[in-house]
Amino acid sequence: MNNSTGSTAAVRAAGVDIKDLRKSYGNNEVLKGISLTVEPGQVVCLIGPSGSGKSTLLRCVNLLEHPNAGTINVGKFEATDPDVDLNRMRQSVGMVFQHFNLFPHLSVLDNCTISQMKVLKRSKSEAAEVARRNLERVGLGHLSDRFPDQLSGGQQQRVAIARALSMDPQLMLFDEPTSALDPETVGDVLAVMRKLAQEGMTMLVVTHEMGFAREVADRVVFMDAGVVVEEGPAEHVISAPSQPRTKEFLRRVLDPTHIDVVED
Amino acid sequence: MAMTARQRAKVSLYVQAGIFVVAVAAVILAVDWKTVGNSVFNFAKIGPMFPDIFLIGLKNTLIYTALAFVVGLSGGLLLALMKLSSFPLYRWIATGYIEFFRGVPALLVFIAFGYGVPLAFGVQWDVNIVVMVSLGMVASAYIAETLRAGLQAVPRGQMEAARSLGMPHWRAMVSIVIPQAFKIVLPPLTNEIILLTKDSSLIYVLGLTASQYELTKFGRDGISSLGAGLTPLLVAGAFYLVITIPLSLLARKFESRSARTKR
Repeated sequence: MNNSTGSTAAVRAAGVDIKDLRKSYGNNEVLKGISLTVEPGQVVCLIGPSGSGKSTLLRCVNLLEHPNAGTINVGKFEATDPDVDLNRMRQSVGMVFQHFNLFPHLSVLDNCTISQMKVLKRSKSEAAEVARRNLERVGLGHLSDRFPDQLSGGQQQRVAIARALSMDPQLMLFDEPTSALDPETVGDVLAVMRKLAQEGMTMLVVTHEMGFAREVADRVVFMDAGVVVEEGPAEHVISAPSQPRTKEFLRRVLDPTHIDVVED
Repeated sequence: MAMTARQRAKVSLYVQAGIFVVAVAAVILAVDWKTVGNSVFNFAKIGPMFPDIFLIGLKNTLIYTALAFVVGLSGGLLLALMKLSSFPLYRWIATGYIEFFRGVPALLVFIAFGYGVPLAFGVQWDVNIVVMVSLGMVASAYIAETLRAGLQAVPRGQMEAARSLGMPHWRAMVSIVIPQAFKIVLPPLTNEIILLTKDSSLIYVLGLTASQYELTKFGRDGISSLGAGLTPLLVAGAFYLVITIPLSLLARKFESRSARTKR
């Protein structure tokens, strides 16, 4: 899906513009001046070895991590402006976590309605209607009365996506959404994400699913050691990488059983 | 000849059980049952304790405990949130408070509020208020530590998910983190109520009128008026168990029930 912009009028998509972003923990600089643009309606996949800073970058976009320098613009919000209304900004940015982070004390439906009611001040019935619509969207309308611990990992992640969608976000952030899942449930989650992409949602996805990235992403960004090493259309970065570090990473990911023969 | 490890363990268990039986038998034989029977198990004369032990003793113990618990729970929650605050002054105040009131005997706190306040401010507090304040303040120090542990046991991802949905920090606390923390601390919190129930007996240091007696004071009163030796105290003690054993069972039920509950 390469040019998805404007395919569905229902989504008011927002773009992301990141300029020279830096983030350190103590003396350890994990983001060393990252610049990245996601156009409204685009899907961008962030790939790279663990510790490369891609999750930190994603978490900086809705300010779960506070960058030390640089600017981030999300739609009409300047996230790095100290005066930004963080809660308003986060309402328009959906976040999906590796470990789902569903609220275990609330039913599936209440997980999807609570912030609609408490933050957007929607009525209970309106919130429930929106929640049911989004649970249908991820194929789980029939499980709305269950509790999170009664669901499989894949189902929990789809509920987490429905929960985020219920706030009518203009941008969705995915932080390794399938990394904690049993292999047989990964496909359902990826199918939901693929559908979202087709509907024109702006998506920034940290992932190790190279098949998904190749098929769905408009652009793929390869990060290593806190810098963007290579970026471009998926068919270039994944199928014909130009940088040696990208080649090395992809060789390991795509052929994990490959063993280098070392002579001794 | 040599025993296997399993045989040795078995013999060791028999020896332990034997020592226990011998010890219990020795105590039973050593007791002067005739005297004890007259002064502790003299149930013939305790008729006058009823029904007032329900209507006054048990009722007041329950009221004092409940009042102290309400103060202890709200104060404890406030202190726990202060202790986890990013604002250092709040943390210092909470730490100082908790260390002080956990460190001094509850009896001294009762005396301080029961006798100190009238001296200092010239006001005579109602007994209910003295209990509520003094026992409540001690309880809040203990409960604060319990709640703090509970709040910290809620995974960080819960706060992050709530904030990512646009909730302000206080809203995420109220709707997401605190309800989960309470579920975690329900068993230890039940234990706090049991401790409070027993600590409410310390109120005897205050001058109480007959209608304000709680179980222990009621029992002590029976010692002097009934001529049944210590038997009234034994009866009062049994009434504490009437309160605390169901609470223990409740705590165990909370503990065994998995995290999930329908409300």
